[in-house]
Order: sequence, then structure tokens, then C-alpha cells
Amino acid sequence: MSDVVEKTLTALPGLFDSQTGAAKITNRLRQLVKSITELTSKHEEENLIKQELCAMKEQVSSPNTSMKQMREIMVRAMYCEMLGYDASFTYIHAIKLAQQGGVLEKRVGYLAVSLFLNEGHELLLLLVNTVLKDLQSTNLIEACMALTVVAQVFPKDMIPAVLPLVEDKLSHPKEIIRRKAVLALYKFYLIAPNQVQHIHGKFRKALSDRDPGVMASSLHIYLQLIRESPDSYKDLTGSFVTILKQVLGGKLPVDFNYHSVPAPWLQIQLLRILSLLGKEDQSTSELMYEVLDESLRRAEMNHNITYAILYECVKAVYTIHPKVELLEKAARCIGNFVLSPKINLKYLGLKALTYVVQHDAKLALQHQMTIIECLDHSDFTIKRETLELLFRITNAQNVTVIVEKMLDFLRGCNDEHTIIHLVGKVSELAEKFAPDNSWFIQTMNCVFSIGGDLLQQDVPNNFLRLLAEGSESKEEDDQLRLYAVESYLTVLKGHTSHLPQCFLQVMSWVLGEYAHLQGSVDRREVIRLLTQLLDQRSVSSETRVWILSALTKIPEGQTDLILHLAERLSSSQDTVLRQQAQELLHLSQDSQLHEWVLPRGAPWDAIEVDSSLSFLDGFVSEALAAGAAPYKPPHQRQEELCEDRALNLEPYSFSLPVSLSSCSITDRQSPTLLSVSSGLSGNSTELSQKAGSSTLILEGVKRVWGKDGYLPQKEATAPLVDEPSAAVQPPVQQEAAERTEPRPELSTRNQDKQQLASSLFVGLGVGSSVSLLGRSEAPPPRFRKKPRPHESSSSGTSEKSSGSSCRSSHHTTDIFLYGSFLEEEPATSKSAFDHTPKSTTANGLSQNKDTKEDKHANTSQIFGGDMVIVRPSTIQDKHPPSESSDLTALLPADLKDLPHSDVISLTSDPSLSLSSCRLFRDEALLLLIFISNCTETVIKDVAVQLTCEELKTASLRGNIVDCLEARSTSVCHYALLMDDPHTNVSFTGTVSYQTQPGHTNTLPFSGTLSTADFIRPLVLTTEEYGKLWLSLSHDVKQNLKLLTDAGDPLRTTLNALKDALQLHVVDIIGSEGIVACRLLSGAPCLLHCRVSGAALVMWLRSPHPALPDCILYHCQRALAHR
Amino acid sequence: MIKAILIFNNHGKPRLSKFYEHYTEDTEQQIIRETFHLVSKRDENVCNFLEGGLLIGGSENKLIYRHYATLYFVFCVDSSESELGILDLIQVFVETLDKCFENVCELDLIFHMDKVHNILAEMVMGGMVLETNMSEISTQAEAHSKMEKSEAGIAGAPARAVSAVKNMNLPEMPKNINIGDISIKVPNLSSFK
Repeated sequence: MSDVVEKTLTALPGLFDSQTGAAKITNRLRQLVKSITELTSKHEEENLIKQELCAMKEQVSSPNTSMKQMREIMVRAMYCEMLGYDASFTYIHAIKLAQQGGVLEKRVGYLAVSLFLNEGHELLLLLVNTVLKDLQSTNLIEACMALTVVAQVFPKDMIPAVLPLVEDKLSHPKEIIRRKAVLALYKFYLIAPNQVQHIHGKFRKALSDRDPGVMASSLHIYLQLIRESPDSYKDLTGSFVTILKQVLGGKLPVDFNYHSVPAPWLQIQLLRILSLLGKEDQSTSELMYEVLDESLRRAEMNHNITYAILYECVKAVYTIHPKVELLEKAARCIGNFVLSPKINLKYLGLKALTYVVQHDAKLALQHQMTIIECLDHSDFTIKRETLELLFRITNAQNVTVIVEKMLDFLRGCNDEHTIIHLVGKVSELAEKFAPDNSWFIQTMNCVFSIGGDLLQQDVPNNFLRLLAEGSESKEEDDQLRLYAVESYLTVLKGHTSHLPQCFLQVMSWVLGEYAHLQGSVDRREVIRLLTQLLDQRSVSSETRVWILSALTKIPEGQTDLILHLAERLSSSQDTVLRQQAQELLHLSQDSQLHEWVLPRGAPWDAIEVDSSLSFLDGFVSEALAAGAAPYKPPHQRQEELCEDRALNLEPYSFSLPVSLSSCSITDRQSPTLLSVSSGLSGNSTELSQKAGSSTLILEGVKRVWGKDGYLPQKEATAPLVDEPSAAVQPPVQQEAAERTEPRPELSTRNQDKQQLASSLFVGLGVGSSVSLLGRSEAPPPRFRKKPRPHESSSSGTSEKSSGSSCRSSHHTTDIFLYGSFLEEEPATSKSAFDHTPKSTTANGLSQNKDTKEDKHANTSQIFGGDMVIVRPSTIQDKHPPSESSDLTALLPADLKDLPHSDVISLTSDPSLSLSSCRLFRDEALLLLIFISNCTETVIKDVAVQLTCEELKTASLRGNIVDCLEARSTSVCHYALLMDDPHTNVSFTGTVSYQTQPGHTNTLPFSGTLSTADFIRPLVLTTEEYGKLWLSLSHDVKQNLKLLTDAGDPLRTTLNALKDALQLHVVDIIGSEGIVACRLLSGAPCLLHCRVSGAALVMWLRSPHPALPDCILYHCQRALAHR
Repeated sequence: MIKAILIFNNHGKPRLSKFYEHYTEDTEQQIIRETFHLVSKRDENVCNFLEGGLLIGGSENKLIYRHYATLYFVFCVDSSESELGILDLIQVFVETLDKCFENVCELDLIFHMDKVHNILAEMVMGGMVLETNMSEISTQAEAHSKMEKSEAGIAGAPARAVSAVKNMNLPEMPKNINIGDISIKVPNLSSFK
């Protein structure tokens, strides 16, 4: 009978196929696919698909097309899109299908939407209502689809619309819905973390959900949260451990088993979470030892997925606070991985080793033969991973062998990504461990010629900086440079056409800078070689610029060659080259000028860069006077360009009104940028100001092991790098030899490997393991960069320099001004912090007091966000915290009614404490400084001096007090006026006083003020507003966040702004509001706000160009901090 | 997070592509080509992991792939995913496809693209692994085909008959999976808000 059934079964589908709806639907697609497979060329396929798309277009726009047909069209469109053809005309129909169709159509529609549209697509707006409807639907499938599409494509600014509904779904009776809701919320968290701030409690509920599936989904969120801030979730460790224990104990239903392993993916997640929690935290780690042990024990079955768990387990064991037994077990596991014949496991074993050698180099030794074998493995991935491992165990003794291996690999490699990655590592190793100059230069030559133009720019930059800055000893530097020059001359004498541009650039720079060190070589020869390069067709124009600046630097004396060259180039097509040729010509004729422009051998830090471009001030003001348009920052220009766009869906990120990046360009140390821009700045690498990304630090190396760690041999001293490697006979070499001795029949091949092993793993052994463990204290890198003098001094002078540079660039370069301000701000407060405790000692107070002060400095606290004060604890004891509020009582009677800020402590020392209070008068900001005598004695001759570069300050009264009684407070008034708006202004000042006659103490203080302090409401009527609006010229437009938590978003938002900034809300009509304010009694600023979707479109106008930017910045801040 | 899931055949023809991060259409095509290029030149006896190509994000990302007969299944994931875990996830995916299509072959993927996508959506949601339980995935996906059949109405009756006959021989159909009372208790939690 079963035969009959079988036959019927096989026959049935054929019979029904043509009739069923499903079959019909795929018919057209089937035809399409069929015809595509019959085609022979890409071109034919293209034609066919185009035809198909045309047909679809017609069908789609015809009113007779039924939903079912539409569904079929969608599937075809998806197919075409997958093949890479544009079917954008169907997008809107996909949305329509999701909107109007039945469940089946909806499904296809949603699917199409999630495949076609990305987060930024404007059509998504049309989907919001559909999704909202479906989220509320009682149909499970519809709700599921909506959640899926929300998690896939919803952008940041549309999240608020659906968030409450998704949140509700967390308590849905069906677990599948809950699970999807949790993942959707996780996605929201990834896109816009602050929007889901308030539902963290619900995440905890999801974690304890009765359905394990929901709990598993919530682990995604916790993994992310814990990765961001492990400390806030330490309390959950116990719960995670319990969950893992129950999973291991088989408490889950059998459904969760996979190949009879209980919920393996869940276990993996949990192990990751645990390792993050236990990292560098002994007490937390102790909670998990037991369960990790159990995990290691249980996972001894022979299936792929158990190895996955095991691998995570091993990693966790090595990440958390170490425990000897566990480490031993984990090490054994790694051994199993590495020795496994299964290639995937071998790969993971190598990865685990790479991770582990940072903590325990011995493990690499145990597996050295396997590692050597892997080096010659046929699998590219394995080889690469092995090199990665070798990179981690490199030290001064094995560096040559390892780098050689890497270069060998690189020569045979044609994967761009790998080359970039590995070449960076080689150069890092070379810089760090180079045994001598020639090796270093040769290796770098290889790096440049292999890496070529794929190299990341920082490799040549670092190299050049290293040459330029040098180390402490000038002699050594010159030797290195000399060697480089020699080697490059040799290279250039050979074939040069195949050399990458980047290498040519490096060579020409070095030759230009240091060719003069090489006495024996004729300058003419150098010039000839460089000019030869210029003539080559393969040389890019950027490289030509490099070469020319090198030629410019080669000193006078060869005028005939230079003249010839300059003449030839002065007719070049390339304007930059032409300009450089001109410069070359002039400089070669005027040796004095040459000396001045390109000083020979000037130390790199002697040249100062005026990053504010203040020397252009005169030029700019002249141009402005001549009617030139004032400079507008890029963002403003962009906004003006975008103004016509009706619908701006890109939410503006919370940003400062200035782009910092444009500011940093001038400070960039890349030689490329500078030499291209000016042509004269060939010395530019010497100009580098920032520390930059020094590659000398091996990242991720942390000392996990204490001095009493589990390596008993640790006391042995590390071999010094400077010793020639041959002289050191590290124990490990012997050890390796001993280990292999018992095997008598060693083939020569094996012997080779042995040899390789001993050279690779030298320095890793027992004796030297210390140097590896404590990378931080490991042998000093060979090329150590000079400490930068002006970095160390910068903290002291930063206030001043920022101030002066800002002042010099007032009108022209507002952009730099804000940039430098914002960057300097932390430095300023920090410096105040730094020298406050010292100030008293400078005046000869007893040493005793000094030490006491230092102790107090530890208890310093940060008050009020914008002020940093140092308050010794003794004073705190005498003065209860309510002290500052009492001070408001001291406000003069005539000022009491004025709106004023809280009293903030500025600074204090044992005798005086300073606080300040801001009073907002219409025409000025009054800054009151309260000087309180904390001692029981009289303090004499108290004088306050306040300076602020950006503000007009006037002392009104009280800045000199002859005599301050014990425990009394004097008030000192300052009026501050702001003419040009700045986002933040800092003021500094000193108080000098005498506790004993003849002993003058000074106490410095500082603080910041924001523009908000200088904004006053501008009261006018709507008509006046309208008139004024039209008369104002400078405007800025930007989208701001709308506060949606209350009933009337616009009103709430405006009120929030009003509170923060003292604005005057003129009128609110419907979804628009107009607001006015002014800068003290000066320039007005009008704000026009309109609600658009979830954003507040703000349009600001003012006669002052910089004022709108400032106000905008403060508005953003005020809203962001709500 | 999973960045992309790609299926292509031995000739590099895409059979399914799903990106969980936004790339332009051109980049997507380039990624498919690049991935095929990387994966196809690897022998059968090498490991299933690859460091990502340039386009899909460099060393941060890994390609994890499996080769079945004519098809390559490639998952592109970032460093937060477990390699072996994803490898088995591919296995789960393929087994589920096999279950839903009854001996899945390349043609099934082409002609039932939407269905494959729906199955995938039950497994991976927005780049996160949602479900790894094969029967759960197919139950969810089945809901779809059930709808399809009921929609087919009278025309669908014979198809229902077929499935009825087919099911006849089965001793027991796995019905709704009853998860039952799970005794996972999370202590300490109640004390938090």
C-alpha cells in the first residue's frame, strides 16, 4: 500500500502545481530565472532584467493590478535588487503593500521594505502609521512583522513614535512577541541609548522572564551594557552565575538542546558576560570560579558546539582574576585545540594562544613545534593567525626572525587587507625592537616597497617623525639618518619605476633633509637622482611636490642645475609644481632668504605654528573693508545650501557650533598636507605638535598577574636588550634543545624546524618571562622619542596661550576660537587645580604645612560642574556645607532683588576661601567675589585682581580691603561686559593678602562663564519682532531635540530654553513659537522655532554673526542635559 | 552582531543577500563579489573562518562560511560573535531550510526567496540571533505557509490533501511545543526595581 501512496504523492504535486495560488505566483519569477540561466553573458542578463523591470514598472502603475499580483511583482523586484539592479520604483509600492494588503501581502511588503529601504530612506516616514497600527494589532503575525521591521530599519528620529508600543510588548502574553520586543529595544539602545534610558528596569524584568527565550534575548542587551560599564552591573553576577548553573544542570526543557548540549548559544553569551564582569575584579571573579570549572568539565564531548563553549570558557578563565587550578585546566584545553587535527579548532587554538600569551608566555613555548608547523600551513587564515601570535611574543632577541617570517608571508600575499594590517605590525616591531640601524632601515625599506600605497598614512609619518625628532643622543640620530640616506641613494640608483609613491616620498624627504650629512656624496648626484625621478611618468604629482621640496632644501651651490630645473618646470601644467618651481628659483638665488625660510638643522620644536592664523588679521580686515563677504564656518554654509530642502530627516547630532576638525587641520603633522599647501614647509614633520599616535605602545597589554603570581621563576632578571643577542644564552634555548633530544631520529627537516623554533622562541623562556609579562617595564624601545618640552610646559601656560591666540583672531577666525576654547577648557581647570595647593608654599610657609596641604589635595572635590576647587578637609570641618548659601545674605541691599546664580566656591586655602555669585543686571553681568577669612586672626591688605581676555571687566568696589577681620567676609564687585559672544569664557585672578606683616600670600582662582550669563530677555511685541526679523542679516538654522515627555512639546521645550537661557518667549502660535533675547543690552537675537516631526527646527537671526551660533550651542546643551 | 548573511552558488551568483548594516547598493554588490572571491578560492580542507575583506569593515569583522554542494553560506560577523557558534548557526539554518522545503536545493532558494527570508527573520533579527531552536523556527515559518494554503482556498484543497496523506505515515506530528514550567529562577533580582 505504501507504494501506491508513494506514487500518488509523487504524481500529485505535478497535477496541482499549475493550479495552486502559490505556484502561479512564482510562475513569472520562474520564467525570469529560467531565461536568466539560459543566458551566456553579463550583457544579455542586463538587457533581460531591464526589459523585465520595464514590464514591472508598467504593471505596477496600472490600476488593475491586484494585491496578489503586486506581491508577485515584489518578489521579482527583490530578485532583481539582489542581482544588483535598481528597482527603486517599487519601493513605494512595497510600503503600500505593507499598508493595505492582507496578512500575506503585508508579509511580503514588510520583507521588501526591510530589504529595500535603509535607515536613512525618506520613504520610511510613510511606514510609521502602518507599523503603529500593526503593533497594536491582535494578530500575532502582524505584530511580529512590525517588530521585525522596526528592529531592522527604523532610524533614530522615528524611535520615539513606536517606543511606547514596543515597550508595552514586553509584557505581552506570548513569549515570541516579548522576545522580539526585547531585541527591538536592544536595537534602539544601539542607535539611541539615551532614548531608552528609562526602561533599564524593564530589561531586568526581561532577564528574569519565565521564558528562557526572552531571557536569552535580554542577554544581548546586558552583554552590551556590561561591555560599556562593567561596574554598574556587578550586582547581577550572582544571577548570571545561577542561570549558567541551571543551564549546565539541564534545567532547561529539552527543546533548547542542540546536539544534546543544553542551550549552547546561551552558554556562550553567559560566559562572555561573566568574563567581562570578572575582569580585574577578584571578588566578582571568585563568584564564578565554580561554574567555570563545571563548564570546563561538562564540555568534554566531541562536538563542534561544545568546543565553542570551551573556547569561551578558556577565554573567560584567562580574562578574570586568575585562579591556578582553572588556569591549568584552561591551558590543557588550549593544548587540545592547538593539537586538534580539525582545522577550525586549530585556528581557535591559535587565537586562544594569541590571547593568552599576553598573560603567560610559557604556553607558547609548550606549543612551539605546532606553531612552527602552522607557519607553513597551507591555509592562509591559519598562517595569518600564527603571525599574529608571533607578533605578540616578539622581543628584542627574536625580532629579526619573526619580522623575516612576516615579510616572507607578505611577499607571497595579495590580499590588500592583510597587507595593510601586517605591514603596520612589521613597522611597529621594527621601531620597537630594531637591533641596529641598518636592519631597521632595510626593514622599513621592505615595508614601504611591499606595503606601497596601501600603507596607512601614519606608517610613513611615524617613520619620518622618528628620523626627524630623534632620540636623546644626536650622534646616534645622525648615524641613523646617514644610513637612511646611503640606503636610499642605493635604491634610487637602481630601478625606480616600480617603487610605490609613498616610498618615493619618504626617500625624497629624507634626502632633502639629511643629504648634507653625507659628506662623501656629491650634492649634484643627489640632485640628479631626484630630478630623474621628476621626469618619470609613473611618479604622481603629489610625489613630485615632495621631490621638489626636497630639492628646495638641498643647499645652495648648485645653482646651475636648479636654475635649469626651475626653468623647465615653470612651464608645467600643474600649478602647484609651477609655484614650487618659482619658489625654488627665488630661494636658490637668495641664500639669506633660504637660510631664513629653511633653517638648516633647526630643532623641531623651535618652530612655532600660529594655528590661529593671526598674521592674516590685517589682510582679512582689509578685505572686509574692501567689501568682501565675511567668513562663514562650513556648517553654516552647508545649512544655507540645505535650506531649500523641505524635509530634513537627518537629525542633527548634538554638536558644537564649530567643527573641531577644521581647526585641527592646521595642527596636523602630516607632512603631506603641509607641504602640499605651502610648498615651503618641507620641514613640516618637525612641526608636529601633538604626541600623535605613537606606535611604541603595545596596546592591550595589561598586567594581570601580581608579584606573587603563579610563576615561581619570576625573580630571574630580564635580559637586557642592549646585550648582543648571541651573547645571551637564554635558558629556553637549552630547554628547547633538551626537550627534543630524546628523539634520536630527527630528519634534517625537523632539525631545521628545531632551529627555527629556538630562534623564534628565544627570550620567552623561564628566565625572561618577566620581561614579557611586564611589557610596561620591558626593555626600552630602541628608538625612544624625545620628551616634548612644550608638552610638559603646556599645562602651565595653556590659559595664556589660548587666551592670546583667541584674542588675536577675534573676527576672522571665530571657528578657531571656539575650537581652542573647548579644547583648553579642561586644561584650564586642571591647571587651577594643580597650582592651588602649591601657592602657599611658594611664599615660605613651613614645610610642615606643605605636606599637610598635599594630603588635603587628595580630598579635593569637584563642585558645581564648572568649577574645580581644592578644599582642604580641615576647612571643611570648620565650615559646614551650608556655608555658601549663607553668603547670599551678604548681597548688598541694592542688588538683592536682582536675579542671581547660586554661590559657587572658587578656591580656598587655610586662611581664605573664595566664592563667587553671578548677578544678572540688564546691561552687565555682576560678578561678586566673596572673600571669607577662615582664620581667627586678622588678614591685611587683601587685594583681588581679576582678568579675563574676552570680557571687559571693571572693578566696582571692594577689590582692595585693608583689613579683613577674623571670620568675616568681604564682597568684591566686578562688572563684566561681553561685546563679542563666546560660547564659554574663563576668567582667572589672584588674591593677595598678608597674614603677618611682610608675608604676602597669593591665592589664584579661576572659573568659567557661559554666554548664557550674558543673555537677557528682549521684550517686544509680535509686530516689532516681525519688523526686526526682516532687518537682521545673519541667520543660522538647525534642528534641535524636542522634549516630548510632556503634553505640549513645543511649550515644554521653549520653557526649558527660557529657564536655561533667560529668553523671552514672544508668542506661540500653533506649532510655531517666536522667542527673543539680546546680548546684555547690545545685539538682539531672534529665534523662530517650529515643530517638525520629532524635532524642533530653530531659525536664529541676529545682527551679530557669532551670536546665533553661541545661542544655538547653549540651546543644544540645555536640551541635551534635560 | 551579524553584519550580513550571503548565500551564493559556486559561480558567485547571489541566491540570498541580507545586510543588517546599511551599505549603498553598489557596495553591497561589491561585497558579494569580494566575498565570493575570497571564499571560493579556499580549499575544502581549510578552516571556515576568514578575516573580512576591506569593504565589509576590515579586521573588525570575520567571514564564517560553509559550503554545501552548490551553495556557499557566508555570515559576516563582528568580533562579538563566537566563530564556532555561528558555524553551527549556519548548520541550523540549513537544516531548517531542509525541513521546510523537504530536501532543499538551490532552486528552492530562488523560487521561494520570500520564504527563505522569512525563515531567516525568525532566526536573526536586526543582526542579533533571535532563535536557534530548529523546531521553533520552522513552527514560526510554517505559520506563513499555512496562511498561504488557506488563502489558496479551494484550489489549495488538494495540496492540503497531499499534506494530510503525507502526515498519515508519521507516528506523531510535533505540535505546538510546550515549554512547560521552567525552573530558571533568578535570585537577587527581585530586590531591584
